[in-house]
Amino acid sequence: MSDFVQRVVESISRGEPLTPTDDRSRMRAVMNNLVLHLHPSKVAAPSIKLTYTWGLGGLAVLLSAVLVVTGVMLMFVYTPSPDTAYQNMQNLQTDIRFGQLIRNLHHWSGNAMIVVVVLHMLRVLFTNALHRPREFNWLLGLSLLLLTGAANFTGYLLPWDQRAYWAITVGVSLLQYVPVVGEGIGRFILGGPEVDATTLTNFYGLHVAVIPLMLFGIMSFHLWRTRKDGFSIPRRIGTVISEKVERVTTIPHLISREAVFALVMIAILLTWAALVDAPLEEAADPAHSPNPAKAAWYFMGIQELLLHFHPFFAAIVIPVLGLVGLVVLPYLEPDVDGEGIWFLSVKGRWLALLGTVMGVAGTVLLVLVDEYVLNLPELLPSLPTILSNGWIPLAWLLGLLWLYWELLRGLFRAYRSEARLSLFCLLLASFITLTVIGIAFRGEGMALVSPL
Amino acid sequence: MKRRNFLKASWLGLLALAGGESAFIGLKFVSPHVDAGEFGGLFDVGAVDDFPSGSVTPFVNGRFYLVRLNDGGFLAVYRQCTHLGCSVPWNAEQQQFVCPCHGSAFERDGEVLNPPAPRPLDLFALTIKDGQIRVDTGKRIERDHADDRYVVYPEATA
Ligand code: HEM
Ligand code: FES
Repeated sequence: MSDFVQRVVESISRGEPLTPTDDRSRMRAVMNNLVLHLHPSKVAAPSIKLTYTWGLGGLAVLLSAVLVVTGVMLMFVYTPSPDTAYQNMQNLQTDIRFGQLIRNLHHWSGNAMIVVVVLHMLRVLFTNALHRPREFNWLLGLSLLLLTGAANFTGYLLPWDQRAYWAITVGVSLLQYVPVVGEGIGRFILGGPEVDATTLTNFYGLHVAVIPLMLFGIMSFHLWRTRKDGFSIPRRIGTVISEKVERVTTIPHLISREAVFALVMIAILLTWAALVDAPLEEAADPAHSPNPAKAAWYFMGIQELLLHFHPFFAAIVIPVLGLVGLVVLPYLEPDVDGEGIWFLSVKGRWLALLGTVMGVAGTVLLVLVDEYVLNLPELLPSLPTILSNGWIPLAWLLGLLWLYWELLRGLFRAYRSEARLSLFCLLLASFITLTVIGIAFRGEGMALVSPL
Repeated sequence: MKRRNFLKASWLGLLALAGGESAFIGLKFVSPHVDAGEFGGLFDVGAVDDFPSGSVTPFVNGRFYLVRLNDGGFLAVYRQCTHLGCSVPWNAEQQQFVCPCHGSAFERDGEVLNPPAPRPLDLFALTIKDGQIRVDTGKRIERDHADDRYVVYPEATA
């Protein structure tokens, strides 16, 4: 009997002992094991410091695993139909044992994943680990970010409460401002002119099958590329990486760190999910929109833009420009050797701070001016709003950004890499400020209100 | 053309064809189709005389308001806001449609009183026959401005 067990265990690890004890067999264990195959057999010791990666990529992997487990559990008690969906949610919270906990875990992991993936992206960007040879892995990462967004968006509808119904209605309606194809795409996604039963089945299929499969395919690719491209190595300003940087075996050095980190994170997640319930409002009522009808929090930045720009610009032009920027970024040749250095250089750090401050201050100022002082469509009544509330303010903003660039390059004599970093910080801070305003400072009728 | 290249091109061509076919089948499979009888179909809403001039009557299943203008003409106004799709309630006090989502306001005939809505509320095709009103929710009419082009008047009563 024990021979048989032994035989099975050996077949899993392809003949190696499961817990190798010397470095050689540890490395071989990595090479021969499906799960560990995503790791290199040895890593540079400084690269796996917690204060370099902050464990963010790994945390995203962990959250996806939690999402799959809790998501599959939810599938057993949920039917994607307007007649049952909302009741299923109520049952989950009152009848089914641990139903609330499982729902909470799924809900909060999904939301946390957006934050974590964005932070991971920022870590990569701020340590300049996105240029050659990692450009393509950056693009894979961007796809993962978009897929994470899509997973959250499709999941948002499933509880079929007021919050779900109207957030999706407003979100998909944005598509109608895409010229030519937008309305068709919107109809296709909704399966008709409005959010209804067809939309729910569409979203369900996307949420439980299509998006997770794509996510896992690209995630494996992404992890494999991190391994192939070689992990970036942290260093201080003005130092170079020595030829003989210490390299340690993945087992146990990296694996044990990952395990400890994962356990701590699971503990935090469980505590949070036990204490804070996922929201559930009244059942969806297509006849009555709530006031205010707010979008999901991660779309609040765009919702805030919608209050200031013609929808074509707020929902299409500006986000697409941002996305194109992120796609091009890793391919712009750096003129500062900053790989592995936080914010490039001493000047880079100051300019990043400057950009952030300018982004916050400028955005607050512009929002206030637009709210209380300036009404472009009223000032220019003869122009269509796509000009007066679209091209004209956008041109102004781009002009301001160009001025800022000239300031960095001329007055501060910044390298291109430093100026790019500062500009990125400005735009990022601006987007975060818009999101905060949308979440906390908008009340009934979308008027500016104090959150207190 | 060399035989090798020809074969290569054929393979690629066939592959593209197979891909195209699969995509077509997939798209058709998931494309929306309209069921008759529900929203998207015909609604018989009643007799002309049931609706006094200046009235706005909601039809929840048809998702429209039957509006009778002060001059006696009829319009079927779709309740979906042209800004971002919220359902617009009729505010009897202010005598206008006010959208709860981002504050757009519309006149009784759908004309925009207050942006951000970019165009008047949409209409559904409406016909009157023998004093009976019928609304076709499958025929949505988008307008740049609300003029009286689409207003339907009852036949003159003898
Ligand atoms: C579902 C989402 C994602 C997962 C699961 C994921 C996972 C990972 C993991 C585990 C690593 C190893 C290092 C670390 O933990 O920091 C990594 C590295 C990397 N990721 Fe991601 N990632 C995701 C999204 C992104 C995004 C949005 C970007 C950028 C647009 C990105 C770009 C990169 C790059 C360039 C590296 C190499 C960094 C270096 O060598 O220092 N990833 N990713
Ligand atoms: S949806 Fe009606 S004002 Fe925005």
